[in-house]
Amino acid sequence: MSDPVLWLAVQEPSPLAPEPGEIVVGIIAFVLLFLFLKKKVYPVFEKTFAERTAAIEGGIEKAEKAQAEAAEALEKYNAQLAEARGEAGRIRTEAQSQRAEIVEEARTEARTEAQRILEAASAQIASERAQAMAELRRDIGGLAVALASKVVGESLEDEARQRRTVERFLAGLEQADEQAVAPSGAAG
Amino acid sequence: MSTSVLAVEGGEGFVSPGPSTFVYPPIFGEGTFLTKPMLIVILGSALIAVLMFLATRRASVVPSKGQFVGESLYGFVRNSIALDAIGKPGMKYVPYLATVFFFLATMNIAGIVPLVQFPATSRIAFPLILAVISCVIFNAIGIKRHGLGGYFKDMMFPPGIPWPVYILLAPIEFVSTIIIRPLTLTLRLTFNMFAGHLVLVLFILGGEYLIFEYSGVVGIAAGTVAILGSLILTAFEGFVQLLQAYVFTLLSALYIGGALADEH
Repeated sequence: MSDPVLWLAVQEPSPLAPEPGEIVVGIIAFVLLFLFLKKKVYPVFEKTFAERTAAIEGGIEKAEKAQAEAAEALEKYNAQLAEARGEAGRIRTEAQSQRAEIVEEARTEARTEAQRILEAASAQIASERAQAMAELRRDIGGLAVALASKVVGESLEDEARQRRTVERFLAGLEQADEQAVAPSGAAG
Repeated sequence: MSTSVLAVEGGEGFVSPGPSTFVYPPIFGEGTFLTKPMLIVILGSALIAVLMFLATRRASVVPSKGQFVGESLYGFVRNSIALDAIGKPGMKYVPYLATVFFFLATMNIAGIVPLVQFPATSRIAFPLILAVISCVIFNAIGIKRHGLGGYFKDMMFPPGIPWPVYILLAPIEFVSTIIIRPLTLTLRLTFNMFAGHLVLVLFILGGEYLIFEYSGVVGIAAGTVAILGSLILTAFEGFVQLLQAYVFTLLSALYIGGALADEH
């Protein structure tokens, strides 16, 4: 340093000597920076760290919960399915027994109905027959008398006598008829 | 650039930069207070505050780019320095350690920032402040944790050593903990920055001198090599500057951890 600048000659610099002005500035700057960062910045970072951790842990927890729920739902559905299957089986068995019952019932009913129709028909036949018989009886009397009158040539004056004669004749006829159709004749 | 060296450049030979390179006159003329290193410290601190504050604006679980950078730096000090060196109780000292790291890294990096180009931490006052604060903190923690007597007993008379050794060991331990630690913290940082800056200035001014003053084919060729070399050195300096900020912070954390530990 053979060519000294004026202010250098006055103030010999030593890198080991701390300058008071710099110490003051340094302390103030550092302390202010520390207080600012501690109050405004670091808590925010810590908060986001905590939130992130919570978010990750919460996510894992949520996933686990969802899995458990899914397993539970599956179990429930399986149980329901099994129940439904059992019920279907029961219903099928029941239906089978019911079918037999229904068929039996229908058969019985049909049989009864057939019987009823048969009986009604028989009754009708009998009554028609009786009616026909009555009509025949009435007409036959007249016809027979008319025929007899024509044959005898004279009219039977006594109505009562005439009727009795016919009754007697018919009774004879009916007796023979009753022996031929016993049950239906009784109903008519 | 140093005014002192530039002032003599017009002279006969090349004057290599020395300690005077690190002395700045007041910015606003003789008699005023503010110098360039002070301005760097003030603006650097303000820059950290602003950037960190912006990083926390609209902070969310999914971070923005700025938030991510701020968080990563903070998380680095928190997890890789405080929690690793101290353990769970280290959480309490994360704000201090993080601020130390941000402060030192910024003031160191100022050495390679274009136009600024001066590491404020090469001025011994700034590292000294932090070293003293760190030492006050760890000693206070130790005394609070073990009591005044217990702390110094732990420090000076570690168990499991034959007693005559204590005659030698006790003063060494005392001096080492109370005096050497802040001193080494200060000097390590200051002179890493000091030397780094000196080398950079030497390469740049030397290269400049070779090209413009010495001139000729040899001068221009050698000067170009020197300037290119200064670029590589700048990258290296950046690494050293971050590393030294890390070392300072880590040692502070280790000292705190040691003071908190049950046995030294």
